[in-house]
Amino acid sequence: MRDHFARTMHEVGHKVKDVFIVVADISPAGSMAPFRADFPDRFINVGVAEQSMIGLCAGLALRGCRPFAYTIATFSIYRPFEQVRDDVCYHDLPVTIVGIGGGIAYSTLGGTHHAQEDVAVMSALPNMTVMAPCDPAETALATWAAVERNGPVYLRLGKAGEPDLTSNAPDPYVFGKVRRIRQGKDICILSYGPITKMAFDAAEIIERESGASVAIVSVHTLKPLDREGIARVLQQFSTVVVVEEHSPRGGLGGQVKEVAWESAARCRLTTLSLQDEFIHAFGSHAYLLGMHGLSVEAITKAVLAPVAR
Amino acid sequence: MGVSSPGIETAADRCRRYRRHILDISQRGVVLHIAPAFSCLELVDAVYHELMRRDGDLPDTFILSKGHGCLSQYVILEDLGVLTAAHLEGYCKPGGMLGSHPDYGIPGIEASTGSLGHGLGLGVGMALADKVRGDDRQVFVVLSDGELQEGSVWEAMMLAPSLGITNLVALVDLNDFQSLGRTSETLPNFYPMKDKVEAFGWECREVNGHDSPAIVAAVKSRSGQKPMMVLGRTTKGKGVSYMENVPIWHYRSPSPEEYQQAIRELEAGR
Repeated sequence: MRDHFARTMHEVGHKVKDVFIVVADISPAGSMAPFRADFPDRFINVGVAEQSMIGLCAGLALRGCRPFAYTIATFSIYRPFEQVRDDVCYHDLPVTIVGIGGGIAYSTLGGTHHAQEDVAVMSALPNMTVMAPCDPAETALATWAAVERNGPVYLRLGKAGEPDLTSNAPDPYVFGKVRRIRQGKDICILSYGPITKMAFDAAEIIERESGASVAIVSVHTLKPLDREGIARVLQQFSTVVVVEEHSPRGGLGGQVKEVAWESAARCRLTTLSLQDEFIHAFGSHAYLLGMHGLSVEAITKAVLAPVAR
Repeated sequence: MGVSSPGIETAADRCRRYRRHILDISQRGVVLHIAPAFSCLELVDAVYHELMRRDGDLPDTFILSKGHGCLSQYVILEDLGVLTAAHLEGYCKPGGMLGSHPDYGIPGIEASTGSLGHGLGLGVGMALADKVRGDDRQVFVVLSDGELQEGSVWEAMMLAPSLGITNLVALVDLNDFQSLGRTSETLPNFYPMKDKVEAFGWECREVNGHDSPAIVAAVKSRSGQKPMMVLGRTTKGKGVSYMENVPIWHYRSPSPEEYQQAIRELEAGR
């Protein structure tokens, strides 16, 4: 994802005037090299100083530039939260704040590096747009959408090596709209970010074991949320499952339940998320997700259990 | 009284008029932050009247990072015709545009401030944009000495010279007060300030922050090789005896009797 982001920014740099990348000592070294080579004045490393990173970006945007701030998700939004709120959002400036390692992708680095509640925190800010693409191709599309968005954006990315999930997607990517990326008619899984891969793995097992067909929808834009699109999903499918790598508060699950209530949905609705707890453990990404109840088996079980009953 | 020829208003005359205007506003409603507006008044006045280019396609920028001093900025902006008397009439009133901190979008206000420690980072970003584009613009930022306790100020101070920024001038209102007491007593090891500013790669001059010609001369004498910080030693509540160095006047609004006394003292020139 980070490589696709960097490659896309190189294209953006050539097509859009006054694009800056401002990092706080974290950067995808190899893939950012072409941008740095072509725009040496517009790649800025402020050092380990995230307040400066966001303040600088807001100042650049006040002069009409299009800055992208980039570092690990926790550092990009938590340390400089007031700069994000006051400098970027209150002024409604076109600054994109990129958080890599959204969720608990940095699974061996401990809780200080886990962005478990980033979507909730960023979504609470007026003027903020929140995007979380599910794979490298969607990352490129979301990066362009961020450029075209004339206001603050939080772009939540994974790390590196995420598989392609969208090359056969039935729906195109449209900013602000939910996107069907796997065809199905009985069950629908709503997800965002790299954990969407887990939904694909579960879908295959569910189809094999139950014969029901499973659709997957990428909710790549979390704010503004496509409430009409979600209401349609809740009408069309008899079972809807939300899978998210995020705290149960303020993410997608609760909002889908709001839409379900407001649209008088009759489907069965299950939400799976991280727990409202910090993680004091180290291991693979899958291991940590499993500790909080997020696994292919857990999704499969949540979908199939009532059928078996 | 300042030395003045008939018909020519000196900076001292002008600032006396501005102080009086701020006191007048205080009698139309409850006004916060008179004393901190009085301490930075000559610094803000020097920027607007003597230092910044305000016209043309690429005007200079002024950011009041110590946003609570904004009455000083409002009365100057009105005097310059950027704000109207109606704007000032609506100060802190329903339907009005002006509040106790500057809000982006108001004529003449280039950044919303109020939370301390934000203005210099914004200023560094603006100065960087100008440098990369080759635009001949300067950015002026006024900070308070209490504000220098915010870590974000020092992040921005570390960054500006490292980016080769020279078109940035910060002016610090060193009135030696913060809400709970003297700044130099709250964090005594923080002083003196000048060597710290220079150690971060800035050109630094210390001046009497109520001496307008000295402020202007200090800024104009800079080498242009580094960003500059002017440390202006000031008196909180300057010009009104009962406000000077009395912390409650960070927040209080004068009663009618106190207002009359303040006007008398200003007119007497003290």
